[in-house]
Amino acid sequence: MTARREIRIAGFGGQGVILAGMVIGRAATIFDSMHVTLTQSFGPEARGSAASVSLIVSPEPVLYPYLTDLDILVAMSEEAYTRFVPDLKPHGMLLFEEDLVNFDPPHEAIHAFGIPATRFAEELGHKVVLNMVMVGFLTGVTGLVAPEAVRRSIADSVPKGTESLNTAAFDKGFEYAISQRPATLQQ
Amino acid sequence: MDWVKANPKTVLTGAHFIDGNHAACEGAIAAGANFAAGYPITPSTEVVERFAARAPLVGATFLQMEDELASSIAILGAAWGGAKSFTVTSGPGFSLMMEHVGLAAMTETPAVFVNVQRGGPSTGLPTLPAQADMMQARWGSHGDYEVIALSPNSPQECFDLMIDAFNLAEQYRNPVFFMMDESVGHMTEKVVIPSADKIDLFPRRYTSLTPSEYLPYKPGSAGIPEMARLGQGYRFHVTGLTHDVRGYPAINAQAQQELMDRLMGKIRDNAGKIARTKEHLLEDAGIVLVAYGITSRVALRAVQMAREENIPAGLLRPVVVWPFPEKRIRELADRAKAFIVVEMNYGQIVNEVERLVADCAKTVLVPHAGGAVHRPEAILDVIREVAKWA
Repeated sequence: MTARREIRIAGFGGQGVILAGMVIGRAATIFDSMHVTLTQSFGPEARGSAASVSLIVSPEPVLYPYLTDLDILVAMSEEAYTRFVPDLKPHGMLLFEEDLVNFDPPHEAIHAFGIPATRFAEELGHKVVLNMVMVGFLTGVTGLVAPEAVRRSIADSVPKGTESLNTAAFDKGFEYAISQRPATLQQ
Repeated sequence: MDWVKANPKTVLTGAHFIDGNHAACEGAIAAGANFAAGYPITPSTEVVERFAARAPLVGATFLQMEDELASSIAILGAAWGGAKSFTVTSGPGFSLMMEHVGLAAMTETPAVFVNVQRGGPSTGLPTLPAQADMMQARWGSHGDYEVIALSPNSPQECFDLMIDAFNLAEQYRNPVFFMMDESVGHMTEKVVIPSADKIDLFPRRYTSLTPSEYLPYKPGSAGIPEMARLGQGYRFHVTGLTHDVRGYPAINAQAQQELMDRLMGKIRDNAGKIARTKEHLLEDAGIVLVAYGITSRVALRAVQMAREENIPAGLLRPVVVWPFPEKRIRELADRAKAFIVVEMNYGQIVNEVERLVADCAKTVLVPHAGGAVHRPEAILDVIREVAKWA
């Protein structure tokens, strides 16, 4: 069982940010044995183009439900990156859509992992599954949740008839993470 | 009364990853709610949004009303017509419903009022949490009356306690408040819904007397009158006026005394049975934190941090806030040195605690204006201060 982790997934409306968070959260607590609290912003800042979801994944019950010390940031847009990267704690993990984010780390102690998720999704047939590419990438890079739990969560969460496309997107992101991870960590 | 089991056709048995508002809706449906009326308002909208979608599948009715006055009286009419009913609101809508809270108490109508609390007064903070309606739930309508109010602190409890809310409404024929807050309503967690045969429901108290024998407000067992199946020959008059056992207006001091003694007594005499707490680390606690709803989780974190510093703190959490757990607070006051009340308002429940512990122990309030929950570190700072003299 892994330690307590705070995760934020952020991007712009239409990228499936909330669904990505729901898939990870459901995987960790329904198909794995972690405690998960998911929150999203409902205020004026949630309107317009920005979308963001926060998760606390912990072996213990989550008492304080909001983020205080961000371990993992998944940035799927430039705006999400610039807005939330300052919250990332030293030695935190940044996962970003490398075609959409202009990577310019605020400090060197961030472990950064880029992926062309939108391009991968388009190659699979539809850019709408870029969120599942990111979910696969997150699963592969962080080891936060067992990949099998995430696959089951995807099947449970996405619209009927789209399971195979979404699962293929997950596999693409996951495999890319495995292929990239050792090299990136050595940097 | 013999308890009955929930209807398996309406219960979504299984493990879900849903927010408190959705869980509250499923709790209501599992409890047998087949009528809701509401004027959707942030941050409670998801409760009725889900109910409207689920209603056709479970044989229920949802009415979107023109306002909260209409919503709160529609559920009373539905209850008299045989439905299990509830309404859902927040802040400004709760204020508008107060008229009919009194009517529900006076006419002993079983109904559940859900309030997903947001910052106030007035329209305040539509999307952000507060716990500043706790006294309004207790005293918001005019006249003397007693209420029952529950305060869930997780989506799981939004399901579980909602079933209790409906059961208490039926058991005592009284309005019951389900006092959520925006944090609990909008946080998503695992919610396990049991099978229908694990869910016990208190059925409507229907009379077995014939129409000619039946007196609508004659107390039955436990001092609570029985309802009639309307449309089957029973004569009935529902009035907010003081009434006699026939339900006829009786505008005199004696009728008032008899009715009020019974209305107040059915809750006050059973307060020990209705009141419910959850307790953490109180065995040796010299410092007792009191918190409810989302604040109870944050306060528990502060208690854990205090324990790491060897400060003997514990948490008393009223799960049922009204009636207040007076007996338990008094017991704890005999041995605790201080009570720290943590609430997302400028001091409401703290007055109850202060009244009860009086000379035995000191009471300290950790208020919050709302809009965010307390940080555990801020509560810990107060615990540390209190530990210096407690």
